[in-house]
Amino acid sequence: MRPYARLGLLVVAAIVGGCATALDESETAAKTAAALKASFRPAGQAGLDRLEQDETQRACSLAAGKAPPKDVAAMIEQTNLATIRYPADGKLLGDWKNGERIAQEGRGKQFSDDPKGPVGANCYACHQLSKGELSFGTIGPSLYQYGKLRGNSVDVQRYTFGKIYNSEAFTACTNMPRFGHKGILSEQQIKDVAALLLDPASPVNQ
Amino acid sequence: MKAVRAAVALVALAIAPSLLAQGSTADEIAKYRAALQDGNPAELWEGRGEALWKQQRGPKNVSLERCDLGLGAGVVKGAYAQLPRYFADADRVMDLETRLVWCMVTLQGYTEADAKKNPFGNGNDRKSDLEALTAYVTSESRGVKMNVPMRHAKEAEAYRVGEKLFYFRGGTHDFACATCHSEEGKRIRLQDLPDLTTAQGAQKAYTTWPAYRVSQGELRTFEWRLYDCFRQQRFPELVFGSDAAIALTMFLARNANGAPFDAPAIKR
Ligand code: HEC
Ligand code: HEC
Repeated sequence: MRPYARLGLLVVAAIVGGCATALDESETAAKTAAALKASFRPAGQAGLDRLEQDETQRACSLAAGKAPPKDVAAMIEQTNLATIRYPADGKLLGDWKNGERIAQEGRGKQFSDDPKGPVGANCYACHQLSKGELSFGTIGPSLYQYGKLRGNSVDVQRYTFGKIYNSEAFTACTNMPRFGHKGILSEQQIKDVAALLLDPASPVNQ
Repeated sequence: MKAVRAAVALVALAIAPSLLAQGSTADEIAKYRAALQDGNPAELWEGRGEALWKQQRGPKNVSLERCDLGLGAGVVKGAYAQLPRYFADADRVMDLETRLVWCMVTLQGYTEADAKKNPFGNGNDRKSDLEALTAYVTSESRGVKMNVPMRHAKEAEAYRVGEKLFYFRGGTHDFACATCHSEEGKRIRLQDLPDLTTAQGAQKAYTTWPAYRVSQGELRTFEWRLYDCFRQQRFPELVFGSDAAIALTMFLARNANGAPFDAPAIKR
C-alpha cells in the first residue's frame, strides 16, 4: 500500500475508534466541509484547490493543536521523508546572500500577491536568524548561530536542506511550512537559505 | 464637539504614519492610543452609521429602526454583545453584518446582492455603508458584557464548526488560524499574536473589533479581520456573510463571554 493511503486509514481509525462522540464528531466534520465549500471563492492565484487537504494536513487538523498519536506522527514523518528530493549534483549549499533575501521576503502565494512577483520564505516571520535583523518572530526557535553550534558536516547539511524542503519529515504537525514539497521555494532557493544557516561567512554565524 | 475632536485627531493621524513606520512596537502603539483616547476617528463612522440607520432608504423607503438584532425590533443597545445568534425568521445563525443585510432586504427592499455589494471601504473615497452601520450598532454595546447565547442547536453547531475551522490546515503553507494564534506570547516579526484558544486571549481580541486602523485610514469590522487573516493564511477569498465567517465569529465571540465589549477601538 502507498504510504499516503496507509496514513489515511490510520486517521480514519483514529476517528472511528474514538468513543460515543464519534457520531457527533463525524457530523461536525461533514458540516465543516460543507461550510468550507460554500464560503470561499477563487481569487488571484488562490483557487479552491487550496482547501483540499492532503493526508498530513487532515491528520494535523484532527490533532487540533495537540501532538498527534504516536503511530500517526510516525506515519506522517515517514510519508513526508519519502518526498524529499536531494539535489542531483550533490551540492546542498548555495549563496547565503541570496538566502538572506529569500528569508526576508514575505510576499508570495497570497491572493493579493502578483503571481509573477517574488515568492519568499519569510523565515524571519517565525525565527531569529542574523543578529542584525531585530524584526523577527518567535513561532519557531532562534536559529542565530545555527551553523556555528552544529558545524557544517554533510549530515548537518542534509538535515538542514531536508528540513527546509519538508519540515514534516522531522516533526509531525510542526507549524513550519513545507517549502520544497509544496512548491513554495525552488531547489536553488532552498540551497541558498541552507547556506544562510550554515555558511561560516553568513551573518547568522557571526 | 465629537466630530470636531475626531477631525483634530485625523489631522494628527495624517502626520503620524512615518512616525509609526519607524518603530511600531507595542509601546508606541499604546502611547499613540492614549493620545487619541478621546478622539478616535471611528466616531465619524459611528455618526454616519447612526444617520444611515435612521434614514428612510431603499425601494421601500423605510429606515432600519424596526430591524430586530436579536433583542426585539429596534433595540440596538446591547445587541452586539449577544451576537452571533440564531434567528427564527431566517432559520439561521447570523452575525451582525449578515443581520444588517437581512434587514436591508426584508425591511428596505434591497436585493441581497445590492445590500452586500460593498462590505469593505477602500480607505479613501469608496465608503462602505455596512461598515458605518456596524460601527454604530457595535458602539451601542460599549461597556456591555459579552453574553453570546448557545441555547439553540444551530448555535451549538456553529460553535463546533467554528472550532473545527480554527484548526483546519490547508493551502500552500499548511496554515490554520491555530498556527499563529494558539500560543501565549508569540509574535510574527514584531506583531504580537493573541492566543485565541484561551478565554483571556479571545476576550482581549474580540472585544476590540471593529477598529479604526491607523495604517489603513479605515474602520474595519470583524468580518474584515477574518477575511484578511485568511488572505495571510494563503486561502482563497472568504465570502462575506458566509457560513465559515459566521461559525468562526461564533467560536471567538462565545469564547469572549464575560468580558465588557470595548469597541470601536483604534489599532495600528
Ligand atoms: C510559520 C512559521 C515558520 C516559518 C515561516 C519558518 N519556520 Fe522554521 N520552524 C518553525 C517551527 C515552529 C519550528 C520548530 C518545530 C520544528 O522543528 O519543526 C521550526 C524549526 C526549524 C528548524 C529546525 C531547528 C532545529 O533545531 O533543528 C530549521 C532549521 C528551520 N526551522 C529553518 C527555517 C527556515 C530556513 C525557514 C525559511 C525558509 C523557516 N524555518 C521558516 C516555524 C517556522
Ligand atoms: C500567518 C499567521 C496568521 C494566521 C494563519 C492567522 N492570523 Fe490572525 N493575525 C495575524 C497577525 C499578524 C495579526 C495581527 C495583525 C496586526 O496587528 O495588524 C492577527 C490578528 C488577528 C485578530 C485580531 C487580534 C487583535 O487583538 O486585534 C484576530 C481576531 C485573528 N487574527 C483571528 C484569526 C483567525 C480566526 C484566523 C484563521 C482564519 C487567523 N487569525 C489566522 C496572523 C495570522
